[in-house]
Amino acid sequence: MSASPPPVPPPDEMRDIFRTMTLIRRFEERAAEEYMAGRIGGFLHLAIGEEAAIVGTVSALRADDPLTSTYREHGQALARGTDPRAIMAELLGRATGICGGRGGSMHLMDLDRSFYGGYGIVGGAVPLALGLGWAARYRGTEQVSVTMFGEGAANQGVVSECFNMAGLWDLPMVFLILNNQYGMGTPVERAAAAEDFFPRAAAYDIESWKVDGMDVLAVRAALSEAARLARDERRPACVELLAYRYRGHSMSDPDTVRAAEEKERWQARDPLVTFERVLLGEGIMDGDGIAAMQAEVAQVVDDATAFAQESPEVPIAELADGVYAQPWNDDARGSALMRP
Amino acid sequence: MSADSATVTYREALNQALREEMIRDESVFLMGEDIGHFEGAFKVTKGLLAEFGEERVVDTPITEAAFTGLGIGAAMAGLRPVIEIMTVNFALVAMDQIVSNASKIHYMFGGQVSVPMVIRMPGGAGHQLSAQHSHSLDAMFTHVPGLKVAVPATPDDAKGLLKSAIRDDDPVILLESEGLYGKKGPVGGEDDLVPFGQAVVRRPGRDCTVIASSRMVWVALAAAEQLATQGVEVEVIDPRTFRPLDLDTLAGSVRRTSRAVVVDEGWPECGIAAGVAAHLYEACFDWLDAPIARVNSADVPMPYAKNLEQAAIPQPADVVAAVMSTLAREVPR
Ligand SMILES: Cc1ncc(C[n+]2csc(CCOP(=O)(O)OP(=O)(O)O)c2C)c(N)n1
Repeated sequence: MSASPPPVPPPDEMRDIFRTMTLIRRFEERAAEEYMAGRIGGFLHLAIGEEAAIVGTVSALRADDPLTSTYREHGQALARGTDPRAIMAELLGRATGICGGRGGSMHLMDLDRSFYGGYGIVGGAVPLALGLGWAARYRGTEQVSVTMFGEGAANQGVVSECFNMAGLWDLPMVFLILNNQYGMGTPVERAAAAEDFFPRAAAYDIESWKVDGMDVLAVRAALSEAARLARDERRPACVELLAYRYRGHSMSDPDTVRAAEEKERWQARDPLVTFERVLLGEGIMDGDGIAAMQAEVAQVVDDATAFAQESPEVPIAELADGVYAQPWNDDARGSALMRP
Repeated sequence: MSADSATVTYREALNQALREEMIRDESVFLMGEDIGHFEGAFKVTKGLLAEFGEERVVDTPITEAAFTGLGIGAAMAGLRPVIEIMTVNFALVAMDQIVSNASKIHYMFGGQVSVPMVIRMPGGAGHQLSAQHSHSLDAMFTHVPGLKVAVPATPDDAKGLLKSAIRDDDPVILLESEGLYGKKGPVGGEDDLVPFGQAVVRRPGRDCTVIASSRMVWVALAAAEQLATQGVEVEVIDPRTFRPLDLDTLAGSVRRTSRAVVVDEGWPECGIAAGVAAHLYEACFDWLDAPIARVNSADVPMPYAKNLEQAAIPQPADVVAAVMSTLAREVPR
């Protein structure tokens, strides 16, 4: 039997949780600056506003529980302990990036920390998570496969297929529906027949419920219970987190669809601000401690950014390296030819 | 092209085609992700929800397989759906509907029912969108009998081909280019259609035929400019549709120049360039003075890093080098 984390974490863990949330916020803000400066290309999806959902989840898991995510996944990597330098360098497409500059913002992976990656096709990673859960059961490990996806992704057929198989085979899985209420420019009410998503999993005999995704301790408690079910009772679980992203879908979205009043209402529930209040109220941190932590985090992000900026580009000669795990030649063009 | 043609962007040209055909034919409706209230990820459907309402401009959940299949069913019932898949990359989720249903239904059921639908989507690389968002899948669609495949390079062709596609009785895949939406040019009027299977000469020349489509037309034209400064005059031909393919025009040019380069943003293996080259070998073998050269994207998943991505996709310099290779000449430095 694995020990589940206590519902209210000890003070040092509370401080850790807050630091990680702060790190994600600061990292994302800096990533936005790097994008505006033209050093990050492609799509950049920020998780500002979703820090409680991310950190609450990761803090409830074992370090070796395989985690999969979407393209909005810098925070998951940071929460798993990936070096911010390697993440920022990946965002800048440098050789020192966690994926050697091949993946970019949408495709981080850190296998050493059981972070099995961010994927770009909506709904596309959920079956992979099913496979990771399958492998855990097959090998008889105690691992629980956890996958985070949006409420928009929940509408993809493949997600329902996965619910069914997880329920049918009792796979050690936690489905995490991060309901930030919008899939790009489409609000939930124009995309889903019913307001709640978790009952869809319930239809496949999966224990499922909904929690406040802006409250890091509520998320952590829910995920602890979900992971306990999957690990100890060998039953899949599904948790829907109600949350909000404070920025547009990606940096290229001017975010004109959402009403200012709505944004303000959710800003008032900023997960960092509310958790800071908890820490101060319970005397776990004081103002000076928080300021010192914030300065330390800012320093980490500055350092990561400087590291990334100073890192070398990927040599073009390495363009074709790594297409195969077992290559038969090292010729990029026309590599279908089997040459001696 | 009509005399009163105005200069508009490729994006606006597509919008005009949709609007004009919706006015012309009530059975035309649009469906896709974020096309209504959000007016499209690339704003192609701007203003259409306001003008035609939610019955004819339909926002869907993120369900490519289902809404593509819905389009096929609605087309079987006699409607003329124009399905927008946000980008070609997400068409992979709908591939079963496109290949197993849309392309087969007319033939498999002995011609009883047709599938008069359009599936439009942009593709291509060059914006650092990494491996899962940078596909050029032209060859995959062109591989399939029963589909028609159009690949506009200019605003005029975008409008004219889309209008032809909407009026066509078969499923048409309209492959737009993310890199061309802002490209400006004149367009035709309400009744100017661009017929399928008619290539167009983008630049005449005598030394080598360069075949390119969509954004690659502009890469080929840039290469042609550079080559002209070295006294090499290439003929740039844009097939405009891959299915049907206007082999007569392509082969006619190659018989005159005796040399050919095929530029294709997709991968080299079993790709568009490979297929076009095979046709040309069959049609022009006796006229050729050099092996046909292909210019493709590198045979790798598209990398994120800007320098790698630029190295992976066809550049004018690659076309110049390919043309020079058919002329057995060194590329001057
Ligand atoms: C199959 C597929 N269709 C469409 C897209 C384009 N797209 C990217 S993110 C997104 C919205 C996804 O919303 P949701 O799942 O709620 O996640 P969120 O972005 O809100 O975190 C869309 C439509 C895609 N990447 N993949």
